[in-house]
Amino acid sequence: MENQIFELQYAMDTFYFLVMGAFVMWMAAGFAMLEAGLVRSKNTTEILTKNVALYAIACTMYLIVGYELMYGGGIMLSGITTVAEMDDAAIAQVLVDSAEEGFDGGAVYSGASDFFFQVVFVATAMSIVSGAVAERMKLWAFLAFAVVMTAVIYPIEGGWTWGGNSVFGLFELSYSDYAGSGIVHLAGASAALAGVLLLGPRKGKYSATGAAQAIPGANLPLATLGTFILWMGWFGFNGGSTLKLGGIGVANEVANVFLNTNAAAAGGLIAALIVAQLKFGKADLTMALNGALAGLVAITAEPADPSPLLATIIGAIGGVIVVFSILTIDKLKIDDPVGAISVHGVVGIFGIFAVLLSDPDATFMGQLIGMLTIFIWVFVTSLIVWFILKTVIGIRVSEEEEIEGVDLSECGMEAYPEFVSQ
Amino acid sequence: MKLVTAIIKPFKLDDVREALSEIGVQGITVTEVKGFGRQKGHTELYRGAEYVVDFLPKVKLEIAIAASLLDQTLEAITKAANTGKIGDGKIFVTDLSQIIRIRTGETGEEAI
Repeated sequence: MENQIFELQYAMDTFYFLVMGAFVMWMAAGFAMLEAGLVRSKNTTEILTKNVALYAIACTMYLIVGYELMYGGGIMLSGITTVAEMDDAAIAQVLVDSAEEGFDGGAVYSGASDFFFQVVFVATAMSIVSGAVAERMKLWAFLAFAVVMTAVIYPIEGGWTWGGNSVFGLFELSYSDYAGSGIVHLAGASAALAGVLLLGPRKGKYSATGAAQAIPGANLPLATLGTFILWMGWFGFNGGSTLKLGGIGVANEVANVFLNTNAAAAGGLIAALIVAQLKFGKADLTMALNGALAGLVAITAEPADPSPLLATIIGAIGGVIVVFSILTIDKLKIDDPVGAISVHGVVGIFGIFAVLLSDPDATFMGQLIGMLTIFIWVFVTSLIVWFILKTVIGIRVSEEEEIEGVDLSECGMEAYPEFVSQ
Repeated sequence: MKLVTAIIKPFKLDDVREALSEIGVQGITVTEVKGFGRQKGHTELYRGAEYVVDFLPKVKLEIAIAASLLDQTLEAITKAANTGKIGDGKIFVTDLSQIIRIRTGETGEEAI
């Protein structure tokens, strides 16, 4: 009887990882649509190509070596149990492991489902970079960076945090980050920032006096759709990070995570919309969209413990921060067409410290050192990789190509061939 | 023969087209254009950055007519396109030296 319950728990927890992983995969579509909506029509094909390709590269490089670096899953996933290897002896071993954990212990599930759930997080981190460098970066330089980020940079810091590895054997982190405000979002934003600093702003973005010029996105319906897709996918991002479903306490935790994730997004959107209205006198849709995402990033480090009200407030604070951050980053003449550095980086940092509002076990120093470790590692290594790419193959398209649109120079294909008049 | 070029507000296109049909004009060419006269543009806002939209969308009609129809054509367009508000547009009249119907090779007023 006990064994049958273990079998069910194994099946349920494996299924849970797979479905939550599929939700996070859906976020790739969200990013693609959001970014496609916020760039100009002449640059839309290229950003879509970047998005589909980086997803595929992330899946492949993490399979080859990333998962091994982060969790010791074996090069080419040699450490996980294949279908052929799941014989009666292996099943019996699973039942032994389950008995050891007990009904309320750690989840026991298929190694393949663990990889599947982890790999989509890598893709999410990488995807954050594509929006910030949009409209002026060479496609293949970006993809080359993606190879390094998903094979090495992200897995190493993921190993120090979720993987439990010590940092170069020097110290261990006592850092709490449920679903990755720092590990995924700040990391992506750090890589983005390094790239943007070496890339430079789009032509015409800043006037001679340094004032930011408007370069409106071509398709706000797509941007809105993308945001809703990300919102829904985030239920998998945070919900799956509970890592187990089969049990009363843990199922309730999952339910709270879904609830809080949704509440934070709502709080973030409302706050950003109000701030935009007060500051600009207009209801800026793009700020509202960024606000919802900021709310989601803010709650990601601790979506289980807060009360629903606190989760809404945390999201709202994220929404307020993101609007001011976007304006400030523009004032620093750092050109980020979609606000990725603000949404995922600045608010990611807030999310890391927001953990302290509801988790009694987290410490300020633990969060601070974790945040700095992630930021410094990712930023510095990214800067080095971007710099090498810039020197060897160049990372920016030529001025003519930028004016003509990277759709033609990088992809040879227009996104809206019948609508574009120039 | 005359070529009448009219720049009007886009939402007035249907009214002008009907008015021209009523006086017997059988063909027009329409282009979407942008422009400004004394109407000037307006300011829009994107993520905190203001930008001026100088050029406003307009519609340009080109109508080839017999010189005898000129006054009625001008009156029809003016009446139908008028809103009384700034930005109603302008009409330009030029002489048309030759017209050819491509399908049949007819020329002159028969080709209108």
